[in-house]
Amino acid sequence: MAQIFHRSTNTISRVSIFGAVFLVALLGWLFYTLEASPYTTQQNVAREQPVQFSHAHHVGAIGIDCRYCHTSVERAAFAGIPPVKTCMNCHSQIWLQSSFLAPVRDAYRDDRSIEWVRVHDLPDFVYFDHSIHINKGIGCESCHGRVDEMPLVWQASRLQMGWCLECHRHPEKFIRPKSEVFTMGWAPPEGINREAYGLALMKAYNLRDRSVLESCSTCHR
Amino acid sequence: MSDRRESRYVPVIQPGHTFASVTDKISSIVLSRRTPRFWVVGFGIGFALTLGMLYAIGVLFFRGIGVWGVNQPVGWGFAIVNFVWWIGIGHAGTLISAILLLLRQEWRTSINRFAEAMTLFAVAQAGLYPILHLGRPWLAYWLLPYPNTMALWPQWRSPLVWDVFAVSTYATVSLLFWYVGLIPDLATLRDRARKKTAQIIYGMLAMGWRGSAMHWHRYEMAYLLLAGIATPLVVSVHTVVSFDFTIGIIPGWHSTIFPPYFVAGAIYGGFAMVLTIAIPLRSLYHLEDFVTLRHLRNMAKILLATGLIVGYGYMIEIFMSWYSGSPYEKYMTWNRMTGPYWPAFWGLMLCNIVTPQFLWFRAIRSSPLGLWIIALIVNVGMWLERFVIVVTSLHRDFLPSSWGMYFPTKFDWMTYVGTIGFFVALFFLFIRFLPMISIFEMRTLVPEAELAPADAERKEQ
Amino acid sequence: MNKDKQLLPTYERPQYWRSLEELRGPGLVTERDSAAALADAAGLDRRELVKYLGVSFAMAGLTACTRQPTEKIVPYVRQPEEIIPGKPLFFATAMSLSGYATGLLVESHMGRPTKAEGNPLHPASLGATDAFSQAALYDLYDPDRSQSITFLDEIRAWPAFLSAIRVALEKARTKKGDGLHILTETVGSPTLGAQLLALLRDLPGARWHQWEPNNRDRVWAGAAAAFGQPVETILRVDRADVILSLDADFLACGPGHLRSVREFSARRRPRDRQKFNRLYAVESTPSVTGACADHRLPLRAWDVEAFARSVAGLVGAGSAAQAPSDFAKAVAEDLKSHRGKSLVIAGDDQPAPVQALAHAINAALGNVGQTLITTDPVPVRTESQIDSLRQLVGDMDKGLVDTLIILGGNPTFTAPADVPFAHALEKVGLRIHLGTHQDETSAHCHWHVPEAHFLESWSDARAFDGTASIVQPLIAPLYRGKTPHEILAALSDQPERTSHEIVRDYWRDKLSGDFESAWRQALHDGVIAGTAFSPKALAVWKSAPPSNASAATPETAAGSLEIRFRPDPTIYDGRFANNGWLQELPKPISKLTWDNAVMLAPQTAKRLALTNEDVVKLEYRGRSIEAPVWIQPGHVEDAATLHFGYGRTRAGQLGTRIGSNANALRTADAPAGDRGLQITKTGRTYSLATTQQHDVMEGRALVRSATLEEFERQPKFAHEIVEEPESDLTMYSSFPRQEYAWAMAIDLNACTGCNACVVACQAENNIPFVGKDQVSRGRAMHWLRVDRYYSGSPDNPTTHHQPLPCMQCENAPCELVCPVGATVHSAEGLNDMVYNRCVGTRYCGNNCPYKVRHFNFYHYSTKFRAPSMRMLANPDVTVRWRGVMEKCTYCVQRINEAKITAEKQDRRVRDGEIVTACQQACPAEAIVFGDLADSESRVVRRKASPTNYSLLGELGTRPRTTYLAEVGNPNPALAAAESKRS
Repeated sequence: MAQIFHRSTNTISRVSIFGAVFLVALLGWLFYTLEASPYTTQQNVAREQPVQFSHAHHVGAIGIDCRYCHTSVERAAFAGIPPVKTCMNCHSQIWLQSSFLAPVRDAYRDDRSIEWVRVHDLPDFVYFDHSIHINKGIGCESCHGRVDEMPLVWQASRLQMGWCLECHRHPEKFIRPKSEVFTMGWAPPEGINREAYGLALMKAYNLRDRSVLESCSTCHR
Repeated sequence: MSDRRESRYVPVIQPGHTFASVTDKISSIVLSRRTPRFWVVGFGIGFALTLGMLYAIGVLFFRGIGVWGVNQPVGWGFAIVNFVWWIGIGHAGTLISAILLLLRQEWRTSINRFAEAMTLFAVAQAGLYPILHLGRPWLAYWLLPYPNTMALWPQWRSPLVWDVFAVSTYATVSLLFWYVGLIPDLATLRDRARKKTAQIIYGMLAMGWRGSAMHWHRYEMAYLLLAGIATPLVVSVHTVVSFDFTIGIIPGWHSTIFPPYFVAGAIYGGFAMVLTIAIPLRSLYHLEDFVTLRHLRNMAKILLATGLIVGYGYMIEIFMSWYSGSPYEKYMTWNRMTGPYWPAFWGLMLCNIVTPQFLWFRAIRSSPLGLWIIALIVNVGMWLERFVIVVTSLHRDFLPSSWGMYFPTKFDWMTYVGTIGFFVALFFLFIRFLPMISIFEMRTLVPEAELAPADAERKEQ
Repeated sequence: MNKDKQLLPTYERPQYWRSLEELRGPGLVTERDSAAALADAAGLDRRELVKYLGVSFAMAGLTACTRQPTEKIVPYVRQPEEIIPGKPLFFATAMSLSGYATGLLVESHMGRPTKAEGNPLHPASLGATDAFSQAALYDLYDPDRSQSITFLDEIRAWPAFLSAIRVALEKARTKKGDGLHILTETVGSPTLGAQLLALLRDLPGARWHQWEPNNRDRVWAGAAAAFGQPVETILRVDRADVILSLDADFLACGPGHLRSVREFSARRRPRDRQKFNRLYAVESTPSVTGACADHRLPLRAWDVEAFARSVAGLVGAGSAAQAPSDFAKAVAEDLKSHRGKSLVIAGDDQPAPVQALAHAINAALGNVGQTLITTDPVPVRTESQIDSLRQLVGDMDKGLVDTLIILGGNPTFTAPADVPFAHALEKVGLRIHLGTHQDETSAHCHWHVPEAHFLESWSDARAFDGTASIVQPLIAPLYRGKTPHEILAALSDQPERTSHEIVRDYWRDKLSGDFESAWRQALHDGVIAGTAFSPKALAVWKSAPPSNASAATPETAAGSLEIRFRPDPTIYDGRFANNGWLQELPKPISKLTWDNAVMLAPQTAKRLALTNEDVVKLEYRGRSIEAPVWIQPGHVEDAATLHFGYGRTRAGQLGTRIGSNANALRTADAPAGDRGLQITKTGRTYSLATTQQHDVMEGRALVRSATLEEFERQPKFAHEIVEEPESDLTMYSSFPRQEYAWAMAIDLNACTGCNACVVACQAENNIPFVGKDQVSRGRAMHWLRVDRYYSGSPDNPTTHHQPLPCMQCENAPCELVCPVGATVHSAEGLNDMVYNRCVGTRYCGNNCPYKVRHFNFYHYSTKFRAPSMRMLANPDVTVRWRGVMEKCTYCVQRINEAKITAEKQDRRVRDGEIVTACQQACPAEAIVFGDLADSESRVVRRKASPTNYSLLGELGTRPRTTYLAEVGNPNPALAAAESKRS
């Protein structure tokens, strides 16, 4: 009786049987990578804004304090996006003719708000509060990155739950002196043990126990 | 028939069969013969019901779990009742194949194949429900431990997580066991098939089986190992399933008797389902020679034995609810007997405790029709048992203020009946395209395979 | 344009003021600012509102590659000082019902009111609210509100209306006002009253009528009979040791009832026996007050007068009546032994003689001036409203009315059956209706003007004691609604004055000191200091008036029943018929939702061979309607009760054509009902939706109660009833205590079952309502429910209430079984529920012994809510998606807010800093929330009480919410059989 299969079939079948196992593993890995990738998180993706506002210039070059514009960051959950008035405080004096600033001037004249594109956007069931982080010695930089080096702002971190927990489980790795909260590019003192340093600060600012920081209701309601 | 019924001794295969006749008879069902009309009708019905189920599921996903009858306080309704029912049915197959194999019960050979198939298909039905009954089924994968961006794992103290593993393991092992058992027969089919496509398909499935001594050696080893692995699973699966209830605090759930009597109940229901299938099958395909009265009688005995165990379970449960002295436990039992769902309870007692008592009589054990009716009743009884456990425990628990009633909706029924249809459809496909009885194992039973008649005699005792 | 209005009602020219400057200014901001406000409404507001777009739930689920949708941030152009995005502001205002005000503090998120709380400075609120004021916000955003001025159903502009009304006015002027009639509801607003009186002065011929179905005619008549003039009688429950209620539901409705509850329950703490008061209730329909009573006597409303007479006779007010009952004797004795410290209260709908009798008894006992204070009436006019309506209808019938201006109210629906208002209305030349909805009345009117909700209006109102409050708007009228002030202004010589100017001008010369600062103070406090009426010393004659009652009604056929009409406990007189929260709110005693029914005593129902849900034909005085039967334990025999307010034909999507219309039976001469009711079975049935199907405790120690004597013999009785397992009897290690340990204690002795907490919870936590069908399937969503149990004989049972929030068990059965960890224990003892992690196995719900977990079987959060209701959502609480379990978490959003504030100031959260929504609403202070770790906290002190016990503690769940057992104070003199708690 004639053979139904060519002898190569043996090899093929063996490869496919054992290959299947790896294929499953591979898919799992892909799934995770994609989920954590900038494609999903939009990490490191600079967003077009109605006004070509450069943090690099205002923060980096001029050195304006974060709180000059983000006024409620110490008081409220929402850091606050400056009203057009804030821009005009200076730009009614300088760069009067700059075409970059045309939208700002128009907005101010027509009393119409500027619609900024939201860069850092958490899911709506997450209740993040800026003020408490600022008051407990978590620097802007820790989440927002070197804003002073961003021409157009992009999201510096994943902003996914796993990422939040990195800090909520080990604040000592990220906490800094309250005085340095708004500093960009701050580094702990030379030759000091980061962990010990952080733990000391946690004690000083009496941060809550890890179990509290980890409780679901701390962020989800 | 009549004279045979009198005689004590019935062989597991009728005399006069040879290797060739066995192979012919079984493989011809798959290969040569034209599709019989009853097959078309049976499959058609099963398929239609399956479509109905798909519709119900569509509505469920589109509109939400509210289309079912579940509510507060009865958060689990038909879905879980059916889940446990199907899982239970899915026990007989592996038990027959694995445990009876290890116990060297030769009579199993002619029924293990379709019993295993039944197991697979039943578990498949069961597997649907836990996903369907979720409020957000598309998130079912959250029950699996896998690395994720939320840095979260399942909650290991929850029996539902244990279920995931118990059921999926059971399904996998049963599938392998069944498939490995099929390989030699697939080879036979491959060799006897005339159509090219059939040859290729069976060929691929046969994985190049040639029946060499080495093949046989490895095969026996693998099969024995799998049987060893599968045996504890038979016990573990339903034990874990019973944990879903025993871990709960609800009177009627919170009971240590559950694991053993769930397993017994599973075997009980499983064999009932095997009988329900075997009896029509043997007459439709004229397989009385292979599935003989011997098989039916043995299964009837198992049915009787497990039925008694289950009955004992019920009695202990009732006794304990009184003995515990807890007012809630007492009320629960009283409510089962006299509450709004009393028909379910007494129906259950009738089906599962009274009915099997008829099996004490050899006459009934030897009458296929009688057995078939009893088997059907037991199937119903087992379903009622799960209904009583799930619904009547929940609908009246601790605070009378939150007591309520559960009424299944048409979507509940469509889904339930639908899974039965799905099961039937799958089974009909199986008997059409695969040998429903293990050819090579049957061949070991024909006289040619016997060393000496004496051995045959000895085996029977 | 109008289409847009329909689509985007809430954004239609939203005008928020930005500061008190503007509050004091024109009230509405200028066009220029409103553009910014619009942007802000569309942008920042959305930023918050998006929180409840549940979609993200599903998305969050399919974590694989779900990107956040791109959102915009739209900041102000010029940001107002006091607004910090995300931080709510509170403004004081007042809500009036039937002419009496309750002071409120309303929470405003980015210019959008989201929650009403009581105003602690307001005498009628003391910080508490009732269900109505909690649900008021729903009415504000009700999608069915009328949204434009219409003339014969065609949309018109305000100027068009103005010219129309001016023409009518000129015509009236020529006749000195003859033919100009104005119909209002009870007017308690001083400004509105002044406007009306000024108009009448201006046009002597014009007429002002008042009508609302739940009026106080009989109270005024009774007072007039007793004191010679209609006076307000203020109850000082706090001074009363013994209280007799003659069919009075003074703990659930009526002027100042919130205060009465506070004062009543403050004197029911078993610890100080001396202050413990005693309440006798004589009533026909089981009521909240009756449920609180130590002794309750079911009596037909008709027989109350005789009872009152016999008591009066026994206490020496009037001639001793024929053989008084033991009950009457015991009550009289008790009253006599507490002269000056007792109080007899007659129900508002008891006829004048009973009112007068009550006053007479009080006078004889020397209670007047002690427990009963008399002052000037709060309403501007106290003339009989029924006569007023009769007269109006008469004039209309004779064609004497050229112009009728209906300012609020819905007379076509509420007028008694024998006063053919709708029919007569057709004969009026020009009919103008001001109302929040296009209702039955507007259907018969030429002009309909949308009325501004009180949260959109400038006005003023008086509390039961005369204390005045300024009503200030929280938001500019969503649909350019007008206030009665503005309509009346249109009839004056300054038609364009805004209600803001009108109200200010009225008070300008009445506020002491510098007006601006006084005005600002008044707005800030929500009350105007020193405006309470001073008590009036009046001579009251001490003998009972002669009975004229028997003459009042025709003798009726034997075997007939007495019918009783009462305002509905949840939708009042029908004005809240379209309010989903109130419709789904279980009626305090019957636990019915979405319907009214004929209440019958078990015996009566048996005699008539009726069961629940049988539809019966009610024949009464030649009219008949049909209604389903509800057997109400404790209802008096041979009587039926039907609540009016249901049966609306033009209420809106929710309220139209549900229930049966009692107004079709009510007659003018006996608005509270009378004998002569015939009930016949139709053979049909109608399904009623109740939230509680089982009424008895099955001998389980759920609500634990004792009498004062028993309590003194065995103070820890509540503990000793069942034995609780040792706390270490668990496989799992208990959770380590962190800095805070949140807990709650609920005093069952204080709880009246008024339901305010239930609505408060619903408003605070974005809890959806689910509709009648879902309720009847047992899927109501109230996180906090009030269980009601009966004990004793069904003819006159003891009624127990038990509010049931999540118990926050320390060994929580629900946490154990959740496969995905969606409900877990927080470090501070909360039983967290993480909606976005829940996959919906409902295992936790099954395993919860208290059944306080509620499941979203459908997408309730949108299924039952119109888009306009988005404005209502509390931005601090996630709105739940389909297929998700939800439950009470002790208002964790409030806890977090307080914790963050405290931590920023490096201090602990102070006791009382966190108040849960239910606790805040409760008038009885039955609910106390706090921190177990703080040994000084109120909750710790309360849990130290001997009567403290945990529900189902024997299961070892160790609930953080515990209860204080009921302790009653029955009169030993009365037979134990009658005694309430035994």
